[in-house]
Amino acid sequence: MEIGLTAFLILSAILFSLGIYGALSKKSAIQVLMSLELMAIAVNINLLTFSRFVTPVTMDGQFFAIFAMVISAAEIGLGLALIVAIYQKSHKSEVDDFTELKG
Amino acid sequence: MAESVNIVAFFILAVFIVIGAIGMLCTKNIIHSGFWLLEVSVVAAAIYYLLGADYIALVQLLVYAGAVSVIIIFSIMITLRRREDATRSRDFSPLALVVAIMFCALTIAVICILPTGNILMPDSAPDFMTFSLKLFSPDGWALPFELASVVLTVALVGAVWWSRKENK
Repeated sequence: MEIGLTAFLILSAILFSLGIYGALSKKSAIQVLMSLELMAIAVNINLLTFSRFVTPVTMDGQFFAIFAMVISAAEIGLGLALIVAIYQKSHKSEVDDFTELKG
Repeated sequence: MAESVNIVAFFILAVFIVIGAIGMLCTKNIIHSGFWLLEVSVVAAAIYYLLGADYIALVQLLVYAGAVSVIIIFSIMITLRRREDATRSRDFSPLALVVAIMFCALTIAVICILPTGNILMPDSAPDFMTFSLKLFSPDGWALPFELASVVLTVALVGAVWWSRKENK
């Protein structure tokens, strides 16, 4: 059996599904962010797989992966800052407690 | 002549990253969960290296395993009032499990009926030097790269602005 494109794609599909499960089920806001991080890793594996197997010379996927990493680093930084800010105000970090903007 | 991926290395890394992800979701202690994320980041860097992306593997190690995991663990510790708060319920949700399993089954089914089939690894390995030349050349990716640094700066300033102490 040869390891090819599909093996890497299936691995990243499994990781992405685990990330979906965590993002939907976890009650702690930080654990939701960690699950988003898991999904970002799965997306990066996908991009790099296509870069290596389909366009090995131009390496387009690697550049996309760099920008995806930049965006997810910005997202994780802002998300954690928001959680810390809310914690300073209300001393809560559970998703169910974030009801101030409900209207 | 196709280059082949090392099967043993691939399966070891795949098993480790999936175990790390499941451990992150199933552990009861939220700080252990942060350390499992660190493990997942390190193994992900190894998988990137297996895919011939040396530079991205290095960035993953430095930025995610080095910095992001540390600020996540610090934020967990900041938002815990007592030591006992670290242990929490597993938050098991059957609905989320069903959604995740359905997504996984659908994606794997689509991957298995790909019209291209299982492509083997092409021979021409991406070279580190050509990658950096393309990234920093003006007619390559230099402008998006600079824009990405602007985005990071804005995010950094915003994060500091949000998390500062309110002065009354």
